[in-house]
Amino acid sequence: MSDFSLNVREEGDVIIIETNGYLNNVGGEKVSEACYEKMETGKKRFLINLGNSKVVNSIGVSILIEIIEKLQDVDGKLGYYNLAPIVEKTFNIMGLTKYSTVYYSEAEGLEGMA
Amino acid sequence: MSPKDAPKVELTLPIIPDMELAATQTAEVIAKHMNLGEEKTAEISMALIEATINAFEHSESGAGNVEIHFVIQADTLVIKVTDKGKGFDPSKVKIPNIKEKFGSDHKRGWGLKLIQELMDTVEFESTSEGTTVTMTKKK
Repeated sequence: MSDFSLNVREEGDVIIIETNGYLNNVGGEKVSEACYEKMETGKKRFLINLGNSKVVNSIGVSILIEIIEKLQDVDGKLGYYNLAPIVEKTFNIMGLTKYSTVYYSEAEGLEGMA
Repeated sequence: MSPKDAPKVELTLPIIPDMELAATQTAEVIAKHMNLGEEKTAEISMALIEATINAFEHSESGAGNVEIHFVIQADTLVIKVTDKGKGFDPSKVKIPNIKEKFGSDHKRGWGLKLIQELMDTVEFESTSEGTTVTMTKKK
C-alpha cells in the first residue's frame, strides 16, 4: 500500500497543505480532514502543494470537489501549485479549474489568495 | 510485423488496494521502449489507473483478479483491461459534470470520461461474464 503524508502550515490567513504520495481515496480523505479541521477554526483559504504527488486518481480528486463545495458555502478559496502536467490536465478534464485555481508557485498562490 | 505477431506483456493483478500502480510501472517501461514521450506516457498511466480501479471496484469479480494485456504494435500501444465481473452497459453511464456534482452525495464516477479524454481510442466489450476495456495510444 502506498504511503501518503501531509504537512500543514499557515502563511497569514492562508493554510498551506503539502502532500506527499499517491492522491487516492486515502490521500484525498487526509487532505479533506486537514481542511475541515482548519475550517472549523474559521480558516477559508487553502493552497495545496502537489509537487510531491505526481500520481493521482479520480477518487482522490473527487474529494477535492467536496472541499470546493464546502468552501463555496463560506465564500472560501482553494488553490494548488507545483502540479505535474498530467495532474493539471486531470483537473481540467474534471472541471476543477473552473471552481479553484492552479498557480505555478507558492508566492503566486499567496498573492492570488489575498 | 503483423498485429498478431506483436510483442505482448501480460499482467494478472489481484484486487488489493493500490495494485493499479503495478500496472502503471509496467506501462512506463513499455512506453519508454516505444519512445512515446513523457506526456503520452503520463496519459497512458492515468488512463490505466482509472481502468484498473474501475475493474477493481465495479466488477464484483469472483475471480479476484484483473488481467491487463499490453500489445506493442509498430506505431500503437494497445492495452486491454479485463475483469470477470457482472458487466455494465457503457451507454447507460452518465457523462459526469462538476456542476452537477455540487450538491450531490456522489462526487465520483469520472473514470470513463478520463480514459476517453486521455487515450486515442477506447472500446468496451461487456457481458454478464465480464468486461474488457481496450484502449489505444498512437506514437
